[in-house]
Amino acid sequence: MKGGLILSWLVIVLVLLWAVVPGVFTGYDPIAGVPAEKLQAPGAEHLFGTDAVGRDMFARVVHGAVHSLSGAFVAVAVGLVLGTLLGLLAGSAGGVLDAVVMRVVDVLLSVPGLLLALTVIILLGPGTVNVAIAVGIGSVAAFVRLSRSEVVRVRRTDYVEAAFGSGGRFPVVLWRHVLPNSLGPVIALAALQFGVAILAISTLGFLGYGAEPPTPEWGLLIAEGRNYLATSWWLTTLPGAVVVAVVLAASRISRSIAKEGP
Amino acid sequence: MTRYLLSRVGQAALVLWAAFTASYVLLQLLPGDSILIKFQNPELGLSPQQIAEIRAYYGAGDPPLLDYLNTLLGFLTGSFGYSIDTGSPVVERLAEALPETAKLASAAFVLAVLIAVLIAFAASYSRTSWLRGALLSVPSLFISVPAFWLGILLIQVFSFRLRLVPVIGGGELQQLILPVLTLAVPISAPIAQVLARGIDQVYAQPFVPVIAAKGATRWWILWRHVARNAVLPAMTVAGLTFGELIAGSVVTETVFGRGGIGRLTEQAVNAQDTPVMLAVVVLAAAVFVLVNLVVDVLFPVLDPRLKAAS
Amino acid sequence: MSLLDVRDIAVSYDGRRAVEGISFTVEPGEVVAVVGESGSGKTTTAHAIIGLLPRNASLDAGQILLGENDLATWSARRMESVRGAQIGLIPQDPSNSLDPVKTIGAQIGEVLRIHKRGDRGTIRRRVVELLARVGLPDPQARARQYPHELSGGMRQRVLIAIAIALEPRLIIADEPTSALDVTVQRRILDLVDDLRAEFGTAVLLVTHDLGVAASRSDRLVVMKDGRVEEQGTTREVMSAPAAEYTKRLLGDAPALSARPFKDAAAAEPAIVVRDLVKEFRVGRSSFLAVDGASFEVPRGTTHALVGESGSGKTTTARMVVRFTEPTSGTVSIAGAPDDRRFRRHVQLVYQNPYGSLDPRQSIADIVEEPLRNFRLGDRATRRARVGELLDRVALSRDLLTRRPRELSGGQRQRVAIARALAAGPEVIVLDEAVSALDVTVQAQILDLLEQLQRDLGLTYLFISHDLAVVRQISHTVSVMNRGRIVESGTTRQVFTEPRHEYTRELLAAIPEPVR
Repeated sequence: MKGGLILSWLVIVLVLLWAVVPGVFTGYDPIAGVPAEKLQAPGAEHLFGTDAVGRDMFARVVHGAVHSLSGAFVAVAVGLVLGTLLGLLAGSAGGVLDAVVMRVVDVLLSVPGLLLALTVIILLGPGTVNVAIAVGIGSVAAFVRLSRSEVVRVRRTDYVEAAFGSGGRFPVVLWRHVLPNSLGPVIALAALQFGVAILAISTLGFLGYGAEPPTPEWGLLIAEGRNYLATSWWLTTLPGAVVVAVVLAASRISRSIAKEGP
Repeated sequence: MTRYLLSRVGQAALVLWAAFTASYVLLQLLPGDSILIKFQNPELGLSPQQIAEIRAYYGAGDPPLLDYLNTLLGFLTGSFGYSIDTGSPVVERLAEALPETAKLASAAFVLAVLIAVLIAFAASYSRTSWLRGALLSVPSLFISVPAFWLGILLIQVFSFRLRLVPVIGGGELQQLILPVLTLAVPISAPIAQVLARGIDQVYAQPFVPVIAAKGATRWWILWRHVARNAVLPAMTVAGLTFGELIAGSVVTETVFGRGGIGRLTEQAVNAQDTPVMLAVVVLAAAVFVLVNLVVDVLFPVLDPRLKAAS
Repeated sequence: MSLLDVRDIAVSYDGRRAVEGISFTVEPGEVVAVVGESGSGKTTTAHAIIGLLPRNASLDAGQILLGENDLATWSARRMESVRGAQIGLIPQDPSNSLDPVKTIGAQIGEVLRIHKRGDRGTIRRRVVELLARVGLPDPQARARQYPHELSGGMRQRVLIAIAIALEPRLIIADEPTSALDVTVQRRILDLVDDLRAEFGTAVLLVTHDLGVAASRSDRLVVMKDGRVEEQGTTREVMSAPAAEYTKRLLGDAPALSARPFKDAAAAEPAIVVRDLVKEFRVGRSSFLAVDGASFEVPRGTTHALVGESGSGKTTTARMVVRFTEPTSGTVSIAGAPDDRRFRRHVQLVYQNPYGSLDPRQSIADIVEEPLRNFRLGDRATRRARVGELLDRVALSRDLLTRRPRELSGGQRQRVAIARALAAGPEVIVLDEAVSALDVTVQAQILDLLEQLQRDLGLTYLFISHDLAVVRQISHTVSVMNRGRIVESGTTRQVFTEPRHEYTRELLAAIPEPVR
């Protein structure tokens, strides 16, 4: 394994631990601040500095992980389940069903992800779960396209025909040959979409459609820091850097899965 | 060729109609009566009589199918209804916002393509493997950066630290620089990735050693043959990014406090202004469908193999 | 002085030595054939001479003297002036060796432009001359066409035109005809011969096909595992091979082996094909891939369907195994039921053994699959049977846990055969089943097939483009051309007294060992 890949896994594991046991990583309260310690620059005491009401930024980032990660998991689950099922159906059934599903995908693709998510938010209202669902719906098209093309590719191979030639029935061949051989790229996409979802969720959080203040959701943290751009760079820069690190790690892992299989 | 063209135009129209219908269902039909919600507010002190008049004015209360057909007819004739938020015609608000976004988006697209071409070509031309690796990892970095954060970072560095670009005021061009960069960076990434991958794939083709065997230089091969072949898939991706330009303008315009389609979208979402949102979604879909139609039509011109197929 | 003098060169890939101690010479106007199987280093040697080694390869030692210049010491820049002008290249696979988005004329003219030979008008005229010289009809129109509009043989002629455009002293022909049909191959090799005679160009012919090498060269260099096994005049090497490997190669090469014909035994037919027709629709037009094919195969014998690409032989095979539905006509297999159990009775072995094995399954799983599908025995008996099957195809049981990608091409094809045998079929259809293999491996697989036929009484339908292989393995033959069977009979009849014009043309195209 290369250094970059090891580092990526470390980042993901660390952030997962933040989400599960935040208390291990920080003793500060993410919500209640100490006004006397407001707007302190990063240092030994406060790793990421403090905000305008004296809350420790590192504590807020650590406690915020659970919001971003669970949202991303929901979003990927929605996209993966809906998309892969539709793609599998379209790819293995073919014919009219295939044509209809692919036209629906064309329509989904024609509306940019963020606008699609905002439309869903108008319908469902703002909130963490709604944002996650909205982002997930935005990724359905990508999963349908990939899983369908994988199924179609695998179905055309000689070994699938040979499996039928060995007396295999359709469901058996699908389960034993088509599914395992189409799954690798789909899992790679899921890993990539995990990063994309974290980006999208933080964007919607930044625009104010996600969690309510004072929840330490990452996008919201950066939005709050905007008012102190001139004086307190750390309020926006450091939480953003964490987002970049997580998304980069997810895409690096995705590439390694795409290359070597899960 | 004409048949191909007609069928592609037909497909595009179908996708656009379906996008309109789906957003109509999501935005107008399902959320219930947004007008009622807005004007029933007791603070406005409107009588039921007045509310009924307002509703008739907006065309609400019609049976769903009739309303749908009216709205569709309106879109076809260039009338997108009235904004619930401000009461003005949606078309006016769009017309006001569009030029700003068009300026921003077109500049960003050009910059994105430039960045992408630069990265892909530099990577494929460089012989030192670490430089090549570094250049090839730039797109994945670009794609992992939240646009809103990038915008904030740029303001922080260039406006507050270096004081190169004024926060408020300054010329038109000066005001465009940072937003264009913010919008271009994430969009350049997929184009660069596909272009770089395309170049690698073309280099693996058996016809490349044949050209080298003619005595061609590295640059000759890259420029006259490899680039020409690799540009085709990159064009498809470039077409697909047009949708992202509009979505990206929501973030960019919010961060930089600029007017435009993105800002309009944000306001529409906040005010639950569904007619405006519907118009924006349909506009985005129309731009996307149109650009990809152009790409599809250009393809056979650039790739003679497709001329026979179409 | 020799035109080309290769002295003791060595090439490594990623630091691993691939080719070592290669020395040979090419005299002006001479054809030298470098012969070897895949992995022998013959193509690497050719690429080293013209300076086109891939990025991860390096020329570690030796001299490449072209006249007085040692090309091994030349920079990439300086090599550019040699390529095209002094050394031309005819590549292996004409289908992908031309830039798909440029016209034929532009691609021939390019070599003249690079070396700055004349202005636009001169170049255009020269391109038309060259196209005419390599025997393309209507050269002016060809110059404006794109590669995909030309057939494989025509594309190879275009590539030859590129190679001879500047009348180089040496042409390296890297498997110039291995992707072409045998009748086209012959015409292309004749063309290369003519041009050599006309311009006095020397040719370095790289090939895996001993027949082609023997019939077209003055001298032979036999390579194996990155080393030269033997070299000498073609006549010497062919009549009295010194190296053990050359002897084996000569024995295994089907074109050269004078085995007796197999005579058809009188038995009741296992396969009866009557008036088989397959029509394919492409858009609004349609064409007949198979047009009224009829033949019978006696039980326990091998029937070969021979033809070039597009002859309809593979479509016929697919209809016999019921992967393709005939438009009309019938296929009956004696004793085969009409439902799913048909597949216990009739099996197909594919050309590409790698593509037909699921990359994620172990060899044991692959061979066991038919047994599981037909519920033959419990887990333990199935595993035992898989072991027996591996023994039968002479594969070590150590391979049971391996994946297909860890096996060689020949081993993979043995696995495919073991799987085909698993459910105890009576008919096996072999679709170009040995075409992708090196001759020595090919000979082993053919021996295995013959042995299995003797032991198990199998009936084979053997699809092939390679007449030499067909002559060796089959009892009866049908020759297909453009969807029709033009001639049928015993192998002896068809090979010794061909009646149809097309069969005669095919037979004449088999390279003869000595000129």
